Amino acid sequence: MDTRKEKFPYGIPGHNLSEIEREIPIEEPPVWPVNDKLKIIGKRVTRIDALDKVTGKAKFTSDMKLPGMLYAKMLRSNVPHATITSIDISKAKSLAGVHAIHLIENAQKEGKENKNGKYPMVKYVGQPLGGIAAESLEIAKDALKLIKVNYEQKPFVIDIETAMEIGAPIVFDAPITQQQDGGDVGETHDGSKGIGNVRGPSTSSFFGGPRGDLAKGFEEADVVVEKTYRTQVQTHMPLETHGVVVDWNSDVMMVYASTQNTAGVRNEMASVFNLPKSKVRVFCDFMGGGFGAKHSAGSFGPMAANLAKKSGRPVWLMMDRKEEHHSEGNRPNSIQYLKIGAKKDGTLTGIQQRSHGTAGVALGAGVGRIAQVLYPCPNFATEQYDVLTNAGPGAAWRAPGNVQGAFGLEQAIDELAEKLQMDPLTYRDHIDKSEVRKVERQRGAKLFDWSRRQPSGSGKGTVKKGLGVGQSTWPRFVTLDSSVEVKIHNDGGVEIRSSVQDIGTGTKTILAQVVAEELGLQVNDITVNIGDTFFPVGPGSGGSVVTGSISPPARNATFEAKTALLKLVAKKWETDSSALFIEDGMVGHKKDTSLKMAFKEATKLMRTSQISKTASRSDDYGGFQQPWGLAFGDLGSVQFAEVSVNTDTGFVKVDKIVAAHSCGRPLNLGQLESQINGGVIQGISYALYENRVMDKGTGHMMNANVDQYKVPFSMEIPEIETLIVEEYSALSSTDAYGIGEPANIATAAAIANAVYNAIGVRIYEIPITPSSILKALNKVS
Amino acid sequence: MEEKNQKSGAKPGNGISRRSFIRGAGLSTAGSVLLTTNAFALNNKEPLTAENEFGPDAMTIKMKVNGITKSLSVEPRTTLASALRDHLELTGTKVVCDRGSCSACTVYLDGKPVNACMLSVFDVSDKEVTTIEGIAKNGELHPVQQAFIEHDASQCGYCTPGMVMSCVHLVDNNSDPNLEDVKNATRGNLCRCGTHPHVFKATLDASKKMI
Repeated sequence: MDTRKEKFPYGIPGHNLSEIEREIPIEEPPVWPVNDKLKIIGKRVTRIDALDKVTGKAKFTSDMKLPGMLYAKMLRSNVPHATITSIDISKAKSLAGVHAIHLIENAQKEGKENKNGKYPMVKYVGQPLGGIAAESLEIAKDALKLIKVNYEQKPFVIDIETAMEIGAPIVFDAPITQQQDGGDVGETHDGSKGIGNVRGPSTSSFFGGPRGDLAKGFEEADVVVEKTYRTQVQTHMPLETHGVVVDWNSDVMMVYASTQNTAGVRNEMASVFNLPKSKVRVFCDFMGGGFGAKHSAGSFGPMAANLAKKSGRPVWLMMDRKEEHHSEGNRPNSIQYLKIGAKKDGTLTGIQQRSHGTAGVALGAGVGRIAQVLYPCPNFATEQYDVLTNAGPGAAWRAPGNVQGAFGLEQAIDELAEKLQMDPLTYRDHIDKSEVRKVERQRGAKLFDWSRRQPSGSGKGTVKKGLGVGQSTWPRFVTLDSSVEVKIHNDGGVEIRSSVQDIGTGTKTILAQVVAEELGLQVNDITVNIGDTFFPVGPGSGGSVVTGSISPPARNATFEAKTALLKLVAKKWETDSSALFIEDGMVGHKKDTSLKMAFKEATKLMRTSQISKTASRSDDYGGFQQPWGLAFGDLGSVQFAEVSVNTDTGFVKVDKIVAAHSCGRPLNLGQLESQINGGVIQGISYALYENRVMDKGTGHMMNANVDQYKVPFSMEIPEIETLIVEEYSALSSTDAYGIGEPANIATAAAIANAVYNAIGVRIYEIPITPSSILKALNKVS
Repeated sequence: MEEKNQKSGAKPGNGISRRSFIRGAGLSTAGSVLLTTNAFALNNKEPLTAENEFGPDAMTIKMKVNGITKSLSVEPRTTLASALRDHLELTGTKVVCDRGSCSACTVYLDGKPVNACMLSVFDVSDKEVTTIEGIAKNGELHPVQQAFIEHDASQCGYCTPGMVMSCVHLVDNNSDPNLEDVKNATRGNLCRCGTHPHVFKATLDASKKMI
C-alpha cells in the first residue's frame, strides 16, 4: 500500500495539545488542523433540514399517503402465555372496506403436520398474530374487533424475581436464540445455558473476561462497599411510533420506514421474501425518534409487505401508542450486586458484579462494560444473567446495558470515596486514568462550582440541596461497511448520497459540513440525499457509530472528486493540479494569484455530466484495537447534578446539570448540545420518573400511554450546561465521533449521588420517587 | 396564561370563551393532562338538535383552514387531526398520543390553541383553523420559526410543529415573556429528544425580535 507521512494534531487543546506523525494511505486527504483553523467544521451551523421541520413540511413515514393506499392494523394477543386453538376471521373479512387479512403461521413442511400447531405460541401480551388492511384506519380498527382468537392459556410470569424462583412458570422450555434488537452487551450468551427462566451468564466482553484473583483482591482491601442496585424497565416512547409504508406494485418492493437502519431493514425484508437486495428499496427521510429501538423491520415490516401483496395496494402500517409501549422495545431492568474493594489510599483491589435483568421474551438484559473498564482494577469478574418473563422484548437504548451499569458503579464509587473520607471528585482523579475525563472534571467542576458542595445530609431546613457527579465511558465504534458517493455536477451542484439515515441527530448537516469544508464551499451549496438504500450502504444509527464511520469516507470521496476537478482546471491553466486549491467558492493557485476561476465555471470543464466518487471507511490511522472496528481511545464524560429534595413531600427537583463530554473532533456545536441535552433529559427521566408498570395478574402494561407514563415536560427541565472538550487522536481524516450514547450514561448516577448528598441517605433503586425518599427518611413505612 | 390572554386582548373567540378554552380545549397551557382530557369532555355538552345530528355515513362539510375554505367528505367520528392529516394532507399536525396528552397535534381554532386529536371535525363549524403550515406568511417565517432554526430547537422534529404552535401563540400574545412563561406555554408539549432547553432559548430570543 502506498503511504505518506503526515503530522496530525494530537491531544486536548488548552491542556496537552501536541503533534503526532501518522503514516496514512496516499489517496487520503491532507490533515485538517484543529477546529479553530477551519471554516465550517466545529462551528454552530444550523441544521439543513430545520426549515422543513419548523414549517411542517417534513414528511415522516407516518405522513406518507400514496394513491390507493390502505391503512393497516396489527392483530395482537391479549393474553401473556397461550396456545392458539383457532382464529376466526370470517366476520372481519366480510366487513366492507377490508381488503386483506394476513395471519402469522408457523412454517410448515409440505405434507407434514406441524407439531407446534398452526399458529405461533403466545408468549406476551401484545405479541403480533396478524394484520388487517382496510380503506381507512377506522375500518381496520372495526375489523380487528370482529376477529375471534381462541386461546388455551398457560401459566405465566411477569415479575423478574418470581421468574427466578425454582418452580416458576417457564417462559421458554428450550434454548432461545432471539437477540436483543441492536443490543450490545459485549459477548452475549446464546440463551442455551442456565436453569429455568434464568439464562447465561455473560462473563466477558470484547474487552476480555475476568481478571486477576477476586478473593485476593478483597483480602487486600481495607474498605469494601457491597450493595445491590435496582433499575426499572423503561419504554422508548419515540414520538413517531415504529412502522412502515410498503408499496409493492412494481418489481421493486418500496419500503418507507421509520428506522435507524435503512440498510438493515432492506436486508431483513430481502431475506424474509427471498428477494435480491437490489429489489428492495428502503427510504427514510425524516424519522421521529428511535433511541435504539428502531433498527429492525420487526414483524410490522413483513406484515405490511404481505398485506400489500395480498391487496395489490400500498399499505400504511404504523403502531399506535399502546402497541409501541408494550411490543416495540424497552430498556431491560436490572438487579445488580456489586462489591468493590480498595486500599486505604483508594487504590482499587477488586470489583465483583453479578446482575439479573429481564428483556421479557428476549435476551440482552446485561449491565454492560462500565464496571469492567471505567477504572483500572487488577481483579475483576462479572456474571450477567438474563431472566425470561412473559413481557414484550427489550431493545437497544442509548448505551445498552451501560446506563444500568453506571447507575450501580458510580454510586458504589461515591460510597467508597465517602468511606475513604475523600471528596468524590478527588477520588475519581485518583483512580481514573483517562486524560479527557480529567480535563472534564477540572473544567466541569469550575463551571458547576463543585467547591460549594457540603457534607452529605448536613443541610438544614425542609428543602435540602445536594450535589453529585457521575462518569462514563463509551467505546469508539466504527462500522467499516460505511460508504458514500459524492457527485460534482457540471452545473456547479454538489451532492452526497448514502443509505445512512438522519434520525434527528443531524447527520445530514454534518455530511454537508464535511463536504463544504473540503470543497471550500458553503453548507447550503451541498445537497444531501441520504436514507435511501439505492445509494451506497451507510451504517445503522446505533452505538454512536455514525459520525466516526461516515464522516471520514465523506471527506475522502469529496477529496477524490475535488482532485479530479482540479486536474481539469490545471489542464486548462497548464499548471500542476497540486498547486491548486478551492476557497470561498473560487479555484485558485497557490503561487500565481492572477489565476482564479469560480467553482461553478470549473465544473463546466467536465466532459461528463458529473464527477462521481465513492469511498468507504478505511482503517483507522495506526489501526484498531480490534479489527472489526473497535477504535483506540474512548468517549469519556463527566456529569454534575444539583438537586433539591423536599424532605416533607419527598419531591426531588433537578436544578442544574453540567454535562462535560468528548467526541474527538466536534463537528457541529449546536447539534452536539442538542443531543447532550437529550441524553441528560432522558437520564433525568430514568432517575426520577418513568417506569413501565405491569399488572402481574394479567400481563398487561398498565400505563401504556403518554399521560400515565411519566416523562419530563417543560416544567421539569433544569438548567443544562454542556461543555465539549475537543480531543484529537489522529485516527481518521475527520477524527470525529458521535455523542448519542455517552450523553445518556452518567446522568442517573449523578442525580442519585446528588440526592444522597442532599439527604444523607442513599437510594439504591430508580426511579427515585417521593415515596422512595420518604421511605428512606423513615417518614413512611 | 389566563392573564396574558386578557392583557393582550386577543381576538374574542368565535363561540369559545376564554374560560372554556382554559378548561377544555386549551391544552398546552392547561397543565394537568388528565384534567384537560376530562374537562374537555365536560365542556362538550352542547345539546344535539335534529339539525346537527349526522352519521354514520360520510358527509361533505366545509372548513376554513389557513385562510382557504376546503370541502371534505368525512364520517362523524373523524377527528380534526384526522381531517387535516388524512383528508387535507396537512401532515405537519402530528398525532402522537391520540388522547390529548402530548400537544403534538396543536392547531388554533380562531387563534386559540386546541388539541386537534380531541375535537370532532364537526365541532369546528365556522371557526377558522390555523395549522403549522399556516404560520409562515407569504413564505416569510414567523420569528419563532426563525429562532427555532438558529437555536437548533428541533432534533427528530416530530414534536416541533406542536412546540412551534405553542410558542408562536405565546409570543403573539405576550410581548415580554420570561423563561417561566415559555415553560408554561410548552408544559403540555411532549418531546422525547430533549429539545426543551433550545426551545426555551429560541422562544425568548424570538420574543425580542417581534415587531
